[in-house]
Amino acid sequence: MTTSRVTPILALFVVVVVVQLLTLASGKTFYLTQLTMTAYYSLIVIGLCLLMGFAGQISLGHAGFFVIGGYTSAVLTTLNLSSYKEAPLVSLLTRLRVLTDRQDLYGGQVLSVHPWVACGVALVLALVIAWAIGIPVLKLKGHYLAMATLGFGTIIYSIVLGTQRFGAADGISSVPPFPLLPGISVSGASSQRITNYYFAWLLVTVAMLLLANLINSRVGRALRAIHGAEDASSAMGIDTGRYKLATFMLSAVLAATAGVFLTHFNGGIGPSEASIMKSVRYVAIVAGGGMGSIWGTLIMSVVLNFFSLRGYFGSFDDAVFGGILILIMLFAPDGIIGSDLRKLVKKLMNKVQKSVSSKTQTTSHK
Amino acid sequence: MTELFFQYLVAGLTYGAIYAIVGIGFNIIYNTTGIINFAQGEFVMLGGMTAVTLHGFLPLPIAIAGAVLVTMIIGGLIEMAFIRWLVKPSVLRMIIITIGLSILVREAALFTWGEGVRSLPYFTGNEISALSFGNVRVSPQVLWSIGVCMIIVLCLNLFFKHTMLGREMRACAANREAAALCGIPTRNMITFSFVLSAGIGALAGCVVSPITYTQYNIGAGLAIKGFTVAILGGLGNSMAAVAAGFILGILESFSIWVLPTAYKDAISISILLAMLFIRPSGLFGNREAMRLKDF
Repeated sequence: MTTSRVTPILALFVVVVVVQLLTLASGKTFYLTQLTMTAYYSLIVIGLCLLMGFAGQISLGHAGFFVIGGYTSAVLTTLNLSSYKEAPLVSLLTRLRVLTDRQDLYGGQVLSVHPWVACGVALVLALVIAWAIGIPVLKLKGHYLAMATLGFGTIIYSIVLGTQRFGAADGISSVPPFPLLPGISVSGASSQRITNYYFAWLLVTVAMLLLANLINSRVGRALRAIHGAEDASSAMGIDTGRYKLATFMLSAVLAATAGVFLTHFNGGIGPSEASIMKSVRYVAIVAGGGMGSIWGTLIMSVVLNFFSLRGYFGSFDDAVFGGILILIMLFAPDGIIGSDLRKLVKKLMNKVQKSVSSKTQTTSHK
Repeated sequence: MTELFFQYLVAGLTYGAIYAIVGIGFNIIYNTTGIINFAQGEFVMLGGMTAVTLHGFLPLPIAIAGAVLVTMIIGGLIEMAFIRWLVKPSVLRMIIITIGLSILVREAALFTWGEGVRSLPYFTGNEISALSFGNVRVSPQVLWSIGVCMIIVLCLNLFFKHTMLGREMRACAANREAAALCGIPTRNMITFSFVLSAGIGALAGCVVSPITYTQYNIGAGLAIKGFTVAILGGLGNSMAAVAAGFILGILESFSIWVLPTAYKDAISISILLAMLFIRPSGLFGNREAMRLKDF
């Protein structure tokens, strides 16, 4: 790994720490809650960035994968099997620690699936669904692909909204904390606020490291070739179908991971997470970040999600995202934080270097 | 039982007519531009909402005509402001722009009219009036919506076959560069296709308003149904869209028999997905021709 790839990751780490210290110094630690949620949303968006910006495949249904992760975990961890304690299968699973005993808010005994197991099931489920959906969907292009993924998102939304087991319009609440280490868990408790903040951003950092390496590898080059010209890259011997599917599945798993942890962090999940507008927002952020830039996308995601979660956009929340979509796509389809800005920075750097070198030259002449 | 069967059938035909009109709107714009206008459903919503507002101080027929006119102007302005000046935009870019447009139109409607559910009065009679055909009772509004759909289809057919403007639009659809070489102002044709499509959508919005009600957020749902219909019939083929509209409407209304109503949308979208996977050229489309279109 070259230094150019390590520097941004280190910078991210430093920024995360500095922001935490700043909130501590200014006495605004409550910002950390929104920043943690922002981290989880960023996880979805950078996955989507890989799919859209690098493989060139649009997905208008990524909220679906988030919700698959979140709801699977929520359903399994709130499932109460106490009354079936004597059943052989249940007692076997309890002995295997797949099921755990805990007390709910009202002191009642709840026997439900261990969060780690639930998380595993959720991720595998997301992976399988992404695989099953991806095979036919990724054969489509352009409008058809957009509509098919939009259709997938809508189906998930109507299933979530229409099913009693998923709490219908109310969603699922009182999801237990997710134990990480003894004494540390993913939950909304204010005593855990700082650890949760660091855990969420650790996940983002790991994902960024993974993606940055992926992009600069053989796989990344293949993906960019697919984006540029699918037929040509296929002719060059790139298995386009496999690469597209793998990217789709990876981005789905990232979205599902975010879903699982955000659900435990919030202690619940509602059907609004599955709405089409959510998927469109993710696309807007990727577009705003410059389509092909995971760092641009991350910055855009942090800014927009944080402002949105803090309620700065007021009732114009959706309008802001719609406006961003249009403005970016009309005037800067390559993004504002993307290549243009980088070119600008490069130009400025060149100028500075030139002026510096010319100065040194003139001094040496003397 | 047969009575219930016919009631479902009639409900299916009513919705089918609306889906067909939205599907035709998609096709008109698709034919001249190669764009799927994701904001198509918003035209339906705008038509219904404007008509309700105008009906506050105007008689119903004039209110509807006014609403159609206003929506046509909005459609034209949208095209001129956001689409006309783009040079060879990629499909992905157009998809995102039209999605953004649909969000902005929806939010604008939310701020103008609020979240309230509105509706036009029944064109003839009221909620409980019904025409009897044997044992089957049909609301007159159902006949209105099916009738208007038929008239739109007829007029469009005449327009595209027998007027100069219609022929120019068809030429533009067949081959835009060749049409431009023949002196047809292709850019104006694109603007006009948006105007036409907005007008048709608005009319559909007015006709359906008494039955389904109008709210600021009905657009997206209708757009997906309309697109399903357009695909089912074969993208670009307006006549096939009508047949597909009725098929989808009827399938959907009978699905309530076997599945909870909450899953009604899932049914039509499953049909869309199945169609996209198995036969993207549509029920009536030509597979060979489909392969040549660039997507």
